Amino acid sequence: MTDHILEMVNITKTFPGVKALQDVNLSVERGEVHAICGENGAGKSTLMKVLSGVYPHGSYEGDIIYEGRPASFSGIRDSEKSGIVIIHQELALSPYLSIAENIFLGNEQQKHGIIDWNATNLEAAKLLSRVGLSENPVTKITDIGVGKQQLVEIAKALSKDVRVLILDEPTAALNDEDSAHLLDLLRGLREHGITCIIISHKLNEIKAIADRVTIIRDGRTIETLDLDADEISEERIIRGMVGRDLQSRYPDRTPDIGEEVLRVEDWTVQHPLEHSRKVVDGANLYVRAGEVVGIAGLMGAGRTELAMSIFGRSYGHNITGTLYKNGKPVTARTVRQAIDHGIAYATEDRKRYGLNLIDDIKRNISGAALEKLAKSGWVDANREQVVANDYRKSMRIKAPNVGVITGKLSGGNQQKVVLSKWMFADPDVLILDEPTRGIDVGAKYEIYSIINTLAGEGKAIIVISSELPELLGICDRIYALSAGRITGEVDVHEAHPEKLMQYMTMEKE
Amino acid sequence: MSTPTSSATETSPVIPPPKDEAAGGVLHFLAGRLRQIGIFIALIAIVILFQVLTGGTLLTPRNVTSIINQNAYVLILAIGMVMIIIAGHIDLSVGSVVAFVGAMSGIFIVNWGWPWWLGVLAAIIVGGMVGCWQGFWVAYVGIPAFIVTLAGMLTFRGLTQMILHNVPITPFPPEYVAIGSGFLPDLTGGNSTFEPLTLILGIAATVGLVAQEFRERAKRVKMGLEDEPRAWFYVKAVFTAVFILAITFTLASYRGTPIILVILAALVLLYSTVMNRFVFGRHVYARGGNLHAAQLSGVNTKRVDFWLFVNMGVLAAIAGIAFTARSNSALPSAGTGFELDAIAAVFIGGAAVTGGIGTITGAMIGGLIMGVLNNGMSLLGLGSEVQSFIKGFVLLLAVAFDIFNKRRAANASK
Repeated sequence: MTDHILEMVNITKTFPGVKALQDVNLSVERGEVHAICGENGAGKSTLMKVLSGVYPHGSYEGDIIYEGRPASFSGIRDSEKSGIVIIHQELALSPYLSIAENIFLGNEQQKHGIIDWNATNLEAAKLLSRVGLSENPVTKITDIGVGKQQLVEIAKALSKDVRVLILDEPTAALNDEDSAHLLDLLRGLREHGITCIIISHKLNEIKAIADRVTIIRDGRTIETLDLDADEISEERIIRGMVGRDLQSRYPDRTPDIGEEVLRVEDWTVQHPLEHSRKVVDGANLYVRAGEVVGIAGLMGAGRTELAMSIFGRSYGHNITGTLYKNGKPVTARTVRQAIDHGIAYATEDRKRYGLNLIDDIKRNISGAALEKLAKSGWVDANREQVVANDYRKSMRIKAPNVGVITGKLSGGNQQKVVLSKWMFADPDVLILDEPTRGIDVGAKYEIYSIINTLAGEGKAIIVISSELPELLGICDRIYALSAGRITGEVDVHEAHPEKLMQYMTMEKE
Repeated sequence: MSTPTSSATETSPVIPPPKDEAAGGVLHFLAGRLRQIGIFIALIAIVILFQVLTGGTLLTPRNVTSIINQNAYVLILAIGMVMIIIAGHIDLSVGSVVAFVGAMSGIFIVNWGWPWWLGVLAAIIVGGMVGCWQGFWVAYVGIPAFIVTLAGMLTFRGLTQMILHNVPITPFPPEYVAIGSGFLPDLTGGNSTFEPLTLILGIAATVGLVAQEFRERAKRVKMGLEDEPRAWFYVKAVFTAVFILAITFTLASYRGTPIILVILAALVLLYSTVMNRFVFGRHVYARGGNLHAAQLSGVNTKRVDFWLFVNMGVLAAIAGIAFTARSNSALPSAGTGFELDAIAAVFIGGAAVTGGIGTITGAMIGGLIMGVLNNGMSLLGLGSEVQSFIKGFVLLLAVAFDIFNKRRAANASK
């Protein structure tokens, strides 16, 4: 009989307007490495947040059975006390504290409120040797690399007597060597009876380490595959991740494609802090008038970095390569210059980078092209309101008037404000980064219609998305991006999700 | 300009016209402006309170004139400060800059014998250069404004004491002194109950402002843009008129219009327009509201930061000249604590600590609340220790009210 350490039964989690999880089931056997697979936005991270108590008991429906008993975690401390520890993709270490201090942060080795530094450093050293990290415990976190930081996180988890260790994309930021070391470590933990749940996009890794894999798509469990028993190919997993019908979710469009508008040649971008890392590596791409071009890539592939570096070098270090606009080389060193060259970029993170959330709709819409409403510095506020109101109606922004603060709008309506802003700037090339992230299905359809209309007006559109069906549904041509390199270019009529996913998960040769 | 796209199948949804006259509409409209209205009411309440407590002394023409003269320089500082705070910065150096510019004007005019107007001009340029210095460090080196201006506070205080050798410069020519404590000329030589020039200016200002409001409204109604309830518009127009006329008559029955009030009014008018209607002002709000979004919309946020500090330097120079003129001497210790008064005025006036929110009018009312409190408590014979205690409390309450208000709004929208 199989011994399940953890079972999640019929978990349903709703956010305002979006059902993130619906009747998700997950059962994890004691001492196994269980992988969770799915596209970005499928609900993997939400599921793990439910499990670790980030979303406390009562904020979701369904049951968590842990060690044979129903569990109701009220917070992350609660779940950690029972031995469930999550390590997030964004590491939660304090950079200017030492390794030992980080390991025991919130769980200090102390007597009557006084920290016992000898015990702290001694215990830390033991934990470090368990994870195979030969660093002095008093070394500051900022002085060690990302791979080693990941190991410190695991050491920290071990210090809490972890029984179920959850790793969210643990190797996304690691190089091959560090990744291999991490996978070895996970195998070692399995031998010590620690159960691991690993979220990963890297299918070869999953094949290498996991015993079983559960596939989640659109907030539902699709299937659980036993990697040990059956011969499961990567293609088989991919089919589970992407397989869904594409009909009727995308409005029709007859492409009318004209001349080349933007071309990027040999584009290379270094990471702003770690200069040795190339986030974008020798990328070549072009887009024509009236064409919708997709960029497919998994998280960390360098999609946003590519787009933002093109958009007035708003990301990256030591950017090299050439930008051609209508066949002529141009330089766009600042966002202003990029806008003046007719390039626009609508961000994936509209709350942080797209909108002034404490200001109203009209001032957000006019934000990127205020000079069009101004004469010698004087803004015509009345015309601004007229313009904004036109967009509110044509884009169907659901708000009683354009004086509404954008922070109060739903995700879909916020996205329409961002799109309105860039439409008002009237660019020739519009780069849309995850234009439908966090938006419900109905609003998605409206966004697709807007994209079609813009393409119909002869604009060149680049859509970045991690949802393959979306790209297949709206694009004419798709580039696949993996580890900063363009690994494939396919016409949409010849594109298959499996093929694209292969390009997207292609490792460096 | 690109026309907004609309697909062929779409029809614009019919938006019901705003419920203009309905009382519910007005109340809803007012609820959204609770903060702005609340601070007005607070000012009126404080004025009434001290008018009663002082047995009518507070609103005597003589005292109103002195409230204006005593607070004008802090209000001038508050204009620049609110812009800095809207952009998400802070300026701790303005008190020292006031002293520094005052000292420089003393050297130009008294020591070197320059004509007073040239000395004033040169002093303003000195203020602008101080702003360039601090703006450079904030905008282009990226040092937080708190640090740069804390350093400036020490540096410019020290510089002032050095150039003055710790001895005040005095006396200034009468034209210079008039900037801080003079009045517009009395056309009848002081023989009338109400000084005529003040009346003319006051009435002209009232008619001009109200007519402008009506013109704007008419234009907006014609374009179908007006969403402000008519009743509220009239209340506002009447209130504005009564407010200006009341001050006009009060001032006219004493010595007329203080010159510093003319300067202050011109600055308030100018900067309100800049902040509401100029691209620059809008960029300031955008920068403070969301720095990244502003940058990714093509706003040159560094240039905005730089010019904000230059502007603050110029306004600090004007305030410095006004203060020096009023004291008729350039003092090494001038302006001590002014930065805190200006910052308090801005926050009482409803600006957000995190930036992006605030108005010039709000800061002016915040400054007046502080000024009336100061003056009223002095009239009651309360010591500076009690005044300081109570002012601290008012500042805390005002910001607490803001936070309470924000939470209420957040809960209501859920």
